Amino acid sequence: MIAQNFDYTAPASLAEALSLLASGEAKPLAGGMSLIPMMKLRLAAPDQVVDLGRIPELNYIRHDGGRVRIGATATHHQVATSTTVRSQCPLLAATAAQIGDVQVRNMGTIGGSVAHADPAADYPAALLALGAEVTVANAGGSRTLSIEDFLVDTFTTALEPGEIITEISVPAGGGSGCHYQKMLQPASGFAIVGIAVQVTASGGVIASARVGVTGLTGKAFRAHGVEAALVGKSAAGIAEAVAGIADGVDANSDIHASAGYRCQMARVHAGRAVAAALAKA
Amino acid sequence: MKITVTLNGKTRTSDVEPRLLLIHYLREEAGLTGPHIGCETSLCGACTVEVDGKAVKSCAMFAVQADGRNVLTIEGLAANGTLHPVQEAFWNEHALQCGFCTPGMIMASKQLLERNPNPTEDEIRHGIDGNLCRCTGYQHIVNAVKAAASKMGA
Ligand SMILES: Cc1cc2nc3c(=O)[nH]c(=O)nc-3n(C[C@H](O)[C@H](O)[C@H](O)COP(=O)(O)OP(=O)(O)OC[C@H]3O[C@@H](n4cnc5c(N)ncnc54)[C@H](O)[C@@H]3O)c2cc1C
Ligand code: FES
Ligand code: FES
Repeated sequence: MIAQNFDYTAPASLAEALSLLASGEAKPLAGGMSLIPMMKLRLAAPDQVVDLGRIPELNYIRHDGGRVRIGATATHHQVATSTTVRSQCPLLAATAAQIGDVQVRNMGTIGGSVAHADPAADYPAALLALGAEVTVANAGGSRTLSIEDFLVDTFTTALEPGEIITEISVPAGGGSGCHYQKMLQPASGFAIVGIAVQVTASGGVIASARVGVTGLTGKAFRAHGVEAALVGKSAAGIAEAVAGIADGVDANSDIHASAGYRCQMARVHAGRAVAAALAKA
Repeated sequence: MKITVTLNGKTRTSDVEPRLLLIHYLREEAGLTGPHIGCETSLCGACTVEVDGKAVKSCAMFAVQADGRNVLTIEGLAANGTLHPVQEAFWNEHALQCGFCTPGMIMASKQLLERNPNPTEDEIRHGIDGNLCRCTGYQHIVNAVKAAASKMGA
């Protein structure tokens, strides 16, 4: 499997990358864990590839202004093992640690995953639950969007031609009451359903809950109804509160799981995810 | 495009097409046939090598991405004829049958032990889950990683 030939550049600065991408013709390459397989299958055949992998100013993780700020090319391994992420938003570290396998986590990046918007990707569930923001830039400037506004549909985002993600940020102080639970497709590790949960609780009773769901539908979403139903519940009330997680959704169906099975697995795994998060809160 | 790679400690400059995959560069251009092509779809891990100390699937990376970097393949693991402890443990514990997955398995196991010198059985299975073996049923591979861990810790 050989990709169509292309021109390759590996700029050393963000400004240079943005000017190479400005025409909207070139494709950014980050970890290549989605793009290269697609190029090999010729599902993607860009004439120009701009490698973001040699731009130090896109690779960082820092805690400032009450948020954890993650540069677009931080790898899944960096996010999973960062002491800042583990202490300030453990849900994100736990999610990153469950992506693919070690080789994929060594190369794949948070910016690439979010830009790709695969409906079965893990990050979106956690980023929705955490209230993430996505900063994008082009040669003319930058803008910041909520993750809800950024993720438009299956494999579709709010990125305009010539724009790239530069940073993803989440509020710091995420707290230990969190859990990412996925039912995985054993060959690739992608989520058949994945549920990310962040709760606060006192005396075993849930005070607030945020629930992100991936894999179930064409686009990851926040389960607002379930979040409201969980407030005031103790462990015994979880199953009932999450029972509506798949109500009214247009569930994915493929060779790995039918729509009905996915919905049932979403209920089961949501219950487990909330129980595990509550136990750690 | 001209690239210079430090390959198993030796510098090598080649002129490659940007689309050349790292695995094809290693096998066809550099003659290193230790890393294998199993699936070519980034699932089996037989092509695993290290780039700047990180285990990667070389069928999912272009050779141009390795320009200026250090690449280590299974051929570069033994030092002066002495097997790396992971290689030795695979031999001692019968962790291979046909051997097709072995170069990749060893590279993934090496990465695991560098990051976690004393892994539990679950951590070992998680650490090598990007590598498939059609022969052994994995048990002897897990045993070999445990044996290598105790040898390297000793
Ligand atoms: C074997 C295997 C198993 C996997 N398992 C999982 C899994 O379990 N869960 C999961 O979530 N994912 C999984 N993945 C996908 C993986 O997480 C990818 O790393 C991720 O989807 C893409 O990130 P990347 O950095 O590799 O991006 P690339 O492949 O380089 O790029 C992907 C797309 O994003 C664009 N892009 C990249 N960076 C930017 C940027 N900064 N701004 C704008 N556009 C950009 C590219 O142009 C391209 O269109 C798996 C992949 C493989 C090969
Ligand atoms: S040949 Fe690279 S992962 Fe199978
Ligand atoms: S020993 Fe044959 S594939 Fe692993």
